[in-house]
Amino acid sequence: MTTFEQDTMQPTPARQFEKVCAILEQNENKPQRLIPILQAVQEEYRYLPEDVLAFVATGLDVPPARVYGVATFYSHFALEPKGKYCIRLCDGTACHVKRSIPILEAVYRRLGLSSKRNTTADMLFTVETVACLGACGLAPVVVINEDVHGQVTPEAVVKMIDEIEEREKAS
Amino acid sequence: MIKTKSAAVVIDGRTVSIEGEKNLLEMVRKAGIDLPTFCYHSDLSVYGACRLCLVEVEGRGILSSCSTPPEPGQIIHTNTEELREIRKISIELILANHDRECTSCVRSGSCQLQDIARRLGITKIRYRSIHQPKPVDVSSPSLIRDPNKCVLCGDCVRFCDEIQSVGAIDFAYRGHEAAVVPAFGRDLGAGECVNCGQCAAVCPTGALAPASEIEVVWKAIHDPNTVVVAQIAPAVRVAIGEQFGSEYGLNTTGQVVAAMKRMGFDIVYDTSFTADLTVIEEANEFIARKTNGERLPLFTSCCPGWVKFAEQYFPQLLGNLSSCRSPQQMMGAMVKHTLPAQLGRERKDVVMVSIMPCTAKKFEARRPEFRTAGTPDVDFVLTTQELARMIEESGLTLNKLNPASFDMPMGFKTGAGVIFGNSGGVTEAVLRYAVGKITGQNPVDPEFEEIRGEQSLRVIRTEVGGLELKLAIVHGLGKAREVMNQIIDGSLVVDLVEVMACPGGCIGGAGQPVGRDIAARRKARTESLYNTDRLLDLHCSQENHFVNECYQKYLGEPGSRESHRLLHTHYHHRRRAGSEEIILAKARQSGEGPLTVRVCAGTGCFLRNSQAIIQGLMKHVEASDLGDKVQVQASFCFEMCGEGPNVAVGDTIINQATLEKVINAVHAELAQETTGSEAS
Repeated sequence: MTTFEQDTMQPTPARQFEKVCAILEQNENKPQRLIPILQAVQEEYRYLPEDVLAFVATGLDVPPARVYGVATFYSHFALEPKGKYCIRLCDGTACHVKRSIPILEAVYRRLGLSSKRNTTADMLFTVETVACLGACGLAPVVVINEDVHGQVTPEAVVKMIDEIEEREKAS
Repeated sequence: MIKTKSAAVVIDGRTVSIEGEKNLLEMVRKAGIDLPTFCYHSDLSVYGACRLCLVEVEGRGILSSCSTPPEPGQIIHTNTEELREIRKISIELILANHDRECTSCVRSGSCQLQDIARRLGITKIRYRSIHQPKPVDVSSPSLIRDPNKCVLCGDCVRFCDEIQSVGAIDFAYRGHEAAVVPAFGRDLGAGECVNCGQCAAVCPTGALAPASEIEVVWKAIHDPNTVVVAQIAPAVRVAIGEQFGSEYGLNTTGQVVAAMKRMGFDIVYDTSFTADLTVIEEANEFIARKTNGERLPLFTSCCPGWVKFAEQYFPQLLGNLSSCRSPQQMMGAMVKHTLPAQLGRERKDVVMVSIMPCTAKKFEARRPEFRTAGTPDVDFVLTTQELARMIEESGLTLNKLNPASFDMPMGFKTGAGVIFGNSGGVTEAVLRYAVGKITGQNPVDPEFEEIRGEQSLRVIRTEVGGLELKLAIVHGLGKAREVMNQIIDGSLVVDLVEVMACPGGCIGGAGQPVGRDIAARRKARTESLYNTDRLLDLHCSQENHFVNECYQKYLGEPGSRESHRLLHTHYHHRRRAGSEEIILAKARQSGEGPLTVRVCAGTGCFLRNSQAIIQGLMKHVEASDLGDKVQVQASFCFEMCGEGPNVAVGDTIINQATLEKVINAVHAELAQETTGSEAS
C-alpha cells in the first residue's frame, strides 16, 4: 500500500477518474448542473482535459460541443493544464488605476511569460488577470492560489515568486 | 390614445387583431411590415440576439419584437428615427467584422446580410474593422465552414440541436472572440456532424455552405477521354427552377436534361430508376423479415444523414437498418458495372456525377463501402444549387430550353421512383410493390393518402393482402431519436420506419435553393412530385420493365448474391468523440507488459452502468495491491453495444459484464501469466 500513499501528493488518474464519477453522481447526472460539475472537475485536475469533458458530456447526455462552449465561455475554466501556483492579478477599475499593469509586466518578466503563454514550462506558475476580485479597498490585489495579498507592488510580487520557487526547490 | 378592440394592438397607427400570434414580430409581419431578422425562425426557439426586429412599445420602451408576446392594447412603432439608427448600427457593426469579399462569396445574391444592408440603406461603415481572418474549415466533404462570414445569429446551432438533436456545433469563447465551432474547436469533418447541411440552409450568410465540386466536374466534362454520366434525383427537378425565377414547384425535368446535354454530360440517367430498384430490393427484404418473423422494424436506409446518425447513436439497432444502398449508390454501382462493357471502355474512363438535393450525399459517395477496385462508384456529387450555377455559367436560360428526355435504359422510371423525394414516398412506393407482390395484383388506386402529410411523425396502420402492417414515417432527426427511444423501450411497435433527415424529405434537402420562404417552397415541391407521379403511366416499381430487364441480365432475383454484391451494403458503429482511450490506473511495472483492462465508457455501456465496473475494478486493484500488474483504461466503444457493458481483459472480451465477472477474469488471466512465466 505504501506506493499508493506516496502517490497521494500527485493524485493518480485512477483517483481523479473516480472523483469525476463521484462528481457526476453528486450532481445526479443533471445537465443543468454542468457548471458546478466543471468547477469540481477543474478543482480535481487543475484544468479541464478534453477526454474528461467528452466523458462528462456522455454522462450528462449533452453534445460535447455544448460542454466545450460552456468551458470556453467562462475565463475561470482552463483547457490547458495550469501551473501548481495560479497567480491571479486583479485588473478591475480600482486595481487598474492603482497601477496593476506594471505589476503584471514585472510578473511576466520574472517568469518569462506573456498574455499568449501564461504557464511556465515547469508547470509551476500560471498568471491570469481577472476583472474584479471584489476587494477594491486592498487595491492593487493579487491572489496566489487561495491567498489574497493586498496593496502589492511589482517588487513584492516578484519576491513572493522567489520564495515559492525556493520552497519548491527545497522540497 | 387610440381606442382598440379587446384583442388587438396598434402598429404604426393601424389596428391589428391578435389571432394566436406568439410574438410581436408575427403581428408586425401580419401588418405587412417586413422587419429584418437574422435569428428568427418560426420552427426554432426564440433567441433574440440579432436586435434587428426591435420595436418601440409605448410605455415599455424599445423591445425585440420576436421575444415579446402581443398584449391587447399595445401601441407599437416600428419605424422611428431611433429604431432606424439602432438597426443601422447593428448592421454596420456586423459588417465591420465581416469578410466583405462579397463578389466571390458562394451566397452572393442570396445573402441576407447583403439584402438587409441594401434595404437599410447602408452606404458606409462608420466603425474601424478589427477583423482578424480565421482559417476556413474545409474538412467536411459536405460543408464549408467560414467563420469570417458568421454573424453569430445561432440559427445553425439551434437547428442542429433542436430539430436534429445532434448538436455538432455550438457557440464557444466569448465577447469579440465568440464563434460557432464543433466540439473542442475541431474540424467539422471529424465530429458528430451528420452532413444534413440544414445549418447551411438556415445560415443567412456564407458562413456555412455546401462544399462545391463544380470545378472537378467541369474538368471531367472537358476531358475528351472520359464518358461523363449523370443521374438526377427526383427532388432536384421540382426545385431548380426557383434559381431561375420560375414559380415554386415547377417541374423542369426536360429543361434540366437539355441543359446538361448542352453543357457536355454524355449520358443523363434518372435516379428514380434506381429508386424503383431500391423499392424492389427493400420491399423484398421487408416482406421476408415480416413473414419469417425476423428483426423488425425495418428502417429505411436511403438517407445518408440518417444512416450516419444511426451509426453514431443507435448502434444496437444497426441490424434493423435495411442493407439496401441508396438509389444514388445503386445507380453508381449499376452504371460502373454495366456501362464500361457496353461502351467498350474501361471503368476508369466512366465518370459518374450525381445531381442531388442533398449535402450528405457527398459524404455518402465517399464512404469506403461504395468503392470498387479502388475507385468510387459515384465520383462527384453536385447539389441542386451547384447545377444551377453551372447552367448559369454556361449562359443557358433554363426556362427557354426545349425539353429533352433522359437516356435509356436507366432514365426510365415509374411514379414510385419519383415520389421518393417526399417524406413518406419510400413507404408508399414499398406498399405499392408489396400489394402487387402479396396479392398478385397491383393496386388499382396507387395513392396512399394516409401516408402523406407534413407532420414530422406519422404512424399508420394498413393492411396488405391480409397482412396487418404498422408503419412510421419520420422526418427530422430529433423526431427520429424520439422514435428510436420509443422502439427501444417498447412503447412503439411498428414494422417499418422511414426516416428522412430533412424537413419534408429530400425536397427540403440542404442542397436545394434556399430562401426565407422555405415552407412555401417545400409545400410546392412536394405537391409537384405527387403530380409528376400522377402524370406518369406507371406507378409501381414492379412495372418498370427496364428494371425487370436489369434483373434478367445482371442481377437474377431480388436479394440474390449479385444483388447483394452490387446493391446492398453494411454499416458500422461510429465513435462520437475522438478515439483516444483514457488511462485511468497506469500500471507501475517494469519487465513484461501489464495486463490491460479496457472498460467501455461509450453511451450504450455507460447507460448500462459501466461506470460502476470501472470504479469497482479500480478499488479492487488498489485493495488487492495489483497496481503494478493491472492497467485500467476507459475505452470509447467496442462496437458491440447490444451486448454491453463490454470489458476487454487483455485480449478477452466480456459481454454483459459485471464487476464480479471482470475481477474473476483478471485473476484468471494473471494466474495464467504466472504459471506461464514459471513454466518458461
